[in-house]
Amino acid sequence: MLDVSALLFWLLAAITIAAALAVVLLKNIVHSALYLVLTFAGVAGIYILLQAEFLAAVQLLIYAGAVAILIVFAVMLTRRGDIKASNLYNFNYLAAGVVSLALLVIIILGNGRMAWTAAPAPAPASNVAAIANAFLGRYAIPFEVAAVLLLVAMVGAILLARGGKPER
Amino acid sequence: MLQQYGIIAVFLVGGAATAVAALAANWLLRPKKPPEGDKLATYECGLETQGPTWIQFKVSYFLYALVFLLFDVETVFLYPWAVQFQALGLFAFAEMIIFIGILVLGLWYAWKEGALKWL
Repeated sequence: MLDVSALLFWLLAAITIAAALAVVLLKNIVHSALYLVLTFAGVAGIYILLQAEFLAAVQLLIYAGAVAILIVFAVMLTRRGDIKASNLYNFNYLAAGVVSLALLVIIILGNGRMAWTAAPAPAPASNVAAIANAFLGRYAIPFEVAAVLLLVAMVGAILLARGGKPER
Repeated sequence: MLQQYGIIAVFLVGGAATAVAALAANWLLRPKKPPEGDKLATYECGLETQGPTWIQFKVSYFLYALVFLLFDVETVFLYPWAVQFQALGLFAFAEMIIFIGILVLGLWYAWKEGALKWL
């Protein structure tokens, strides 16, 4: 079972990294957005391998669903000029390379300092059930406040997008 | 748990393989003569398209994306409730009805403001 998991992990990691590279390297920004969906789906697959079912569902619903659609909409709404040359290289690649390299070094150092134990605690049988019990039991008030927050976000977004009523 | 997701993986691989197999069979069976004349037209009958295909959309469509985003986030809250529905009982059901009710207010506002109107 462990070997299959490792194989699946490397497969998913390869797909995710290839799709992420395609996001950066493709010239058409709409194609980049679609490869971003594949990147998010690959990360969701890795979450499933880590037995984080709920996180995988959120990743698929929010990132692969909503965020990607928002990006595609934003591109289609604001585009100017030729779409085939909408995601070109720019002149900041040297600075971006330095920053990325620094981040890589920090991650490698951080991983090197961490003491890796096999499994700190066994994963719960169903983390979705645990989240449901917490949401609707102990944390019921924050749960309802989240609904109010979503309502405010929706009203605010509509108000901003429509620009309010014209004054008479 | 991973075995259950294995079924999804088999489904995904099978779905991709079906598409690839259909294209491969098409490639094997079709004549290899290069196309000429009207074969190369976008539509063999009908009007020729004018201008580029990538046009700019109206900004008002962005509202659909925003409303969709909000209800997508609501789905994240509905999902654990649906999984545990049988075990949670009536109190949780009432809580979820209140939750959905608050969000329906947002839908009502969007409707009232004409955000759902197809332009």
